[in-house]
Amino acid sequence: MIKHLLSIDQLSPSQIELVLKTADSFREVGTRTIKKVPILRGRTVCNLFFESSTRTRISFELAAKRLSADVINFTGDARSSLAKGESFKDTAQTLQAMGVDAIVVRHSSAGAPHRLSRWVEASVINAGDGAHEHPTQALLDLYSIREHFPSFDGLRVGIVGDILHSRVARSDVAALTKMGSQVTLVAPPTLIPPAIDSWGAEISYDLEEVLPKLDVVYLLRVQKERQNEQLVPSLREYATFWGLDRRRVDLMKPEAIIMHPGPMNRGVEIAADVADLERSIIIDQVTNGVAVRMSLLYLMLGAADRALEEVPVG
Amino acid sequence: MDRFSTSVPISGSSTVKAVVLESSDIDRAMKRMAHEILERNHGADGLVLAGIRRRGVPLAERLGNEIERIEGIRPPVGALDVSFYRDDIAIRQPADVGQTALPFDVAGKIVVLVDDVLYTGRTVRAAIDALVDFGRPRAVQLAVLIDRGHRELPIRADYIGKNLPTSSREAVDVRLAETDGADSVVITEGPS
Repeated sequence: MIKHLLSIDQLSPSQIELVLKTADSFREVGTRTIKKVPILRGRTVCNLFFESSTRTRISFELAAKRLSADVINFTGDARSSLAKGESFKDTAQTLQAMGVDAIVVRHSSAGAPHRLSRWVEASVINAGDGAHEHPTQALLDLYSIREHFPSFDGLRVGIVGDILHSRVARSDVAALTKMGSQVTLVAPPTLIPPAIDSWGAEISYDLEEVLPKLDVVYLLRVQKERQNEQLVPSLREYATFWGLDRRRVDLMKPEAIIMHPGPMNRGVEIAADVADLERSIIIDQVTNGVAVRMSLLYLMLGAADRALEEVPVG
Repeated sequence: MDRFSTSVPISGSSTVKAVVLESSDIDRAMKRMAHEILERNHGADGLVLAGIRRRGVPLAERLGNEIERIEGIRPPVGALDVSFYRDDIAIRQPADVGQTALPFDVAGKIVVLVDDVLYTGRTVRAAIDALVDFGRPRAVQLAVLIDRGHRELPIRADYIGKNLPTSSREAVDVRLAETDGADSVVITEGPS
């Protein structure tokens, strides 16, 4: 297995399959009374979060604890002194000196996890860097899709919303196209990034035209904190043109599913009642996130170079 | 890593030295073990079987069938994957993690663990740890098709299909119809 997970691009389709298949076994562990296995006893995982996060940090923390690893949480503010390169490096060296085995890092600057990986011996896992990538979100999304469809090949996935600022969209497009799915990005022109041609996805500006063709409708969070950038006139207008309400759900294929990385803005990108529909798998995504992160930590912290070999079990 | 190869052939590089058991021999051994299990436990009451993945699972199913034929009651059969309880993650990582499925409550039961080959005993140690996470069995017993010696832990089998003294340079391949297309047990010599 790879030493660091910085970007989806590092993973081959067979490595992605291995992560997902191993996550199946951890899903089962999550259904037990004792939801903990001893395999990473004595290892230490540090959650190094320079940007606010609740669910991703908790998910990683739970994943590490259920593997019996020790967990330390280091939370910094990217706008404080830690944003300066030298301080970031000092933090890294401090963690290195304490002997951590894995560092899960979130940072507002794209490329921060990559830089960190060159400073430390530990495995580095990118838990979101600026508008760059969020590879573990993409893996848990793949896992969640795989529970509903037999194959990624030819699957049509629409990602709707703020593509411009979304690391989730970037990682999901990379992962889904790698596995053979067709991705359509649906957004107002102001929220489509300039270099979109290189993503390998189709673009649409018309949600209602695209909806009937999709197997998966993936809604991105409207980043309310970016309202002052004036990219969308108002939240109400966003909901009118881009929000998924009951009327639009009726345009979807009967077997199509609805996903969202959370946290949701009910009434903006997703209508309150739509979020609770049977075909909305948003809660499953959260459950699967723990299993997929357990799978990654297990595969990455084991004997590094052997994971894809057929090693006999005796 | 040769020492771990108790059940899966090293692709391409090993040579078959001897066929130890043929299909009919395996059948007879399983029938005898089923009788021994029933004799020792005075019947099938409170008995459950847990096969250790992978090849322990079809063997546990077969023991279940034999016990049903003899006693008229089929003990519940489950599957145990021990990957997350192993002690060798730092030196070896199995690519093929399976799922545990125990369709019974182990608390208060006599659990017979079933595996194809007993070698170092480390897999069985992991299996006992995995099992007790599900509850407190009344007793845990061990049934294996082949005991090839070379124990590294104080573990022994209660029911043995065949004792097979081997050198640690050799590998014992158990092939089963359910997993490999046909039944046989062969000794191979891998690259040293």
